[in-house]
Amino acid sequence: MKLDKRRDFSVILLILGVLVVLPLGIGHSRYLMSVLMNCAGVAVIASGVWLTFCIGRINICQAGFALIGGYVTAILIAKAGLSFWIALPLSCLASALCGALIGSVILKLKGIYFSMLTICLTEAIRLAFLNGGDLTQGSKGITGLPQPFSGDSALPLYYLGIALLAIALGVVWRVHYSRLGGIFRAMRLNEDLAESFGVNVWRYRIMAFSIACALGGLGGSYFSVFTQSIYPQSFTVEHSIYYMLFCFLGGLEYVSGAMIGAFALTILFELLQDFQQYQSLIYGVLMIVVMLTLPNGLMALRGFSFSLPFRKGEAK
Amino acid sequence: MLQILINGLILGSAYALIALGLTMVFSIMRVVNFAHGQMYMLGGFVMYYLYGQFGFPFWLALLLAGATLGVIGMAFNRFLFQPVLATSKREESSMLMAVGTALLLENVALSLFGEKQRGVPTLIDGVLILNDGDAYLPYSNLAVALISIGFIVALLLFVQYTKPGRALRAVAQDKEAALLQGVNVKFITTLGFAIGAALAGIAGGLLVTLYGVNAGVGTNISTKAFIMIMIGGAGVTSGAIVGGFVLGMAEAIGYDLLPSSMTYLLIFVAMIVFLIFKPNGLFGKPWG
Repeated sequence: MKLDKRRDFSVILLILGVLVVLPLGIGHSRYLMSVLMNCAGVAVIASGVWLTFCIGRINICQAGFALIGGYVTAILIAKAGLSFWIALPLSCLASALCGALIGSVILKLKGIYFSMLTICLTEAIRLAFLNGGDLTQGSKGITGLPQPFSGDSALPLYYLGIALLAIALGVVWRVHYSRLGGIFRAMRLNEDLAESFGVNVWRYRIMAFSIACALGGLGGSYFSVFTQSIYPQSFTVEHSIYYMLFCFLGGLEYVSGAMIGAFALTILFELLQDFQQYQSLIYGVLMIVVMLTLPNGLMALRGFSFSLPFRKGEAK
Repeated sequence: MLQILINGLILGSAYALIALGLTMVFSIMRVVNFAHGQMYMLGGFVMYYLYGQFGFPFWLALLLAGATLGVIGMAFNRFLFQPVLATSKREESSMLMAVGTALLLENVALSLFGEKQRGVPTLIDGVLILNDGDAYLPYSNLAVALISIGFIVALLLFVQYTKPGRALRAVAQDKEAALLQGVNVKFITTLGFAIGAALAGIAGGLLVTLYGVNAGVGTNISTKAFIMIMIGGAGVTSGAIVGGFVLGMAEAIGYDLLPSSMTYLLIFVAMIVFLIFKPNGLFGKPWG
């Protein structure tokens, strides 16, 4: 466990470090910057899915909560005239509250029932925004959101994305490698047993779910200012499934799993531009191959087992 | 009012057929076949080509649609699900595999058939006018409903009274005990998956005569199938049938009063509220 944790920490640190200095080399290319911003946003959202995997629930409604975050930001900025810096935490909070509210109802379902219900929930949230009348402007969506930063450079928005990613990873790390994480693991392995040891299962799973939803809202909010628009189609069931795939590809045992999966796949598909139209097809094949050959994700691969030279215990 | 009732019953009987296939796979393998809607879609396309384009007789085309999907289901089960079920440590794995197959089928279909909506000629022309013009019942809709009910009854009889049917029920109840009784569990599981997939194909082949088909309907149909088996209880035959009719009625009533996206929003909300009180559906057993 110790070694795994060190490896996990090293990978996170390394990737974040590279991301921080990378604009020195590629900062002139708006395209490359936007790819990385996309990765960062997706990784924030996917880390929420990763956290719900921790409590043994397969969460396929993360796109729905990203949509909530995106719409709250868009409505607060475009309709209420608030600044982005107020809208961002508020949309995070709104998603968390929705998550707690919905979660308190649906989290008692387990396994397949939960997954099926969350798929329906993604659809329900999308339909709710589609039917939102003037507030959400139906299928037209809300467009023309102002940039939070003045000036032409993409750098501030890029660093905002990296900062959000760091915050998301920090939160998940803090949760996973603490007593709370132990409780979550216990709940995943045997919820009844955990309960019999005095764990307030109901409270903890709502806690995990609302943190996950908050991360979804955070990412959704970032995307809505990054693309300066939000539509009911911005986040769909398909996206929810991709987030799940990211987590699985990266590995469910490591906090960095969601991030690695998100970056690996998103960048891979930018490299394979010519195959853009087959993206979903390749995702499908990849998903099957991953399940058949890499049941524990990339992070568990032998060749990947490097670690920064920390002394034991130094990496917390 | 009569019209709504008729529409609901017609939709319901076809939906019950869809839900039965899904529940069958679930009860035997504890896997939710996320690709069920995609299999439905493929069944529709087989029907479109065989019956609509090449002029096969309707019955032959319908059975071939079922058989094609049965073979696909068998292959999926043998080469994808069994290895994952045998080696995976987390129960999520088989589900993700199912999601993967759904993505795969949908996109293969998109590449092969394009996004165009396809239709076939209706089975029988003519409309039955009931109650002096109070309600209309096209003969083709009636035929689809009757054929669906026919298949449902045939399946129930098969499961109830034949040897493989009994084995299917035994495996669904307790895999190990069935194995001890000399049931060839591997074969029966494959059979169950094939039947489930074939039912999706038959449902798709039937409904293409009414609504047409396009490569994108899969997720939509899967979602509907999930709703049905959650209402009735996953893995329970009677639950699937009741769930199918409940959803059919709800849709018929909703479409009469509201725009379709609003109808589905309300259906989703109603279902979540329903699951608060009956987390295992109407007839389902608690399942972890």
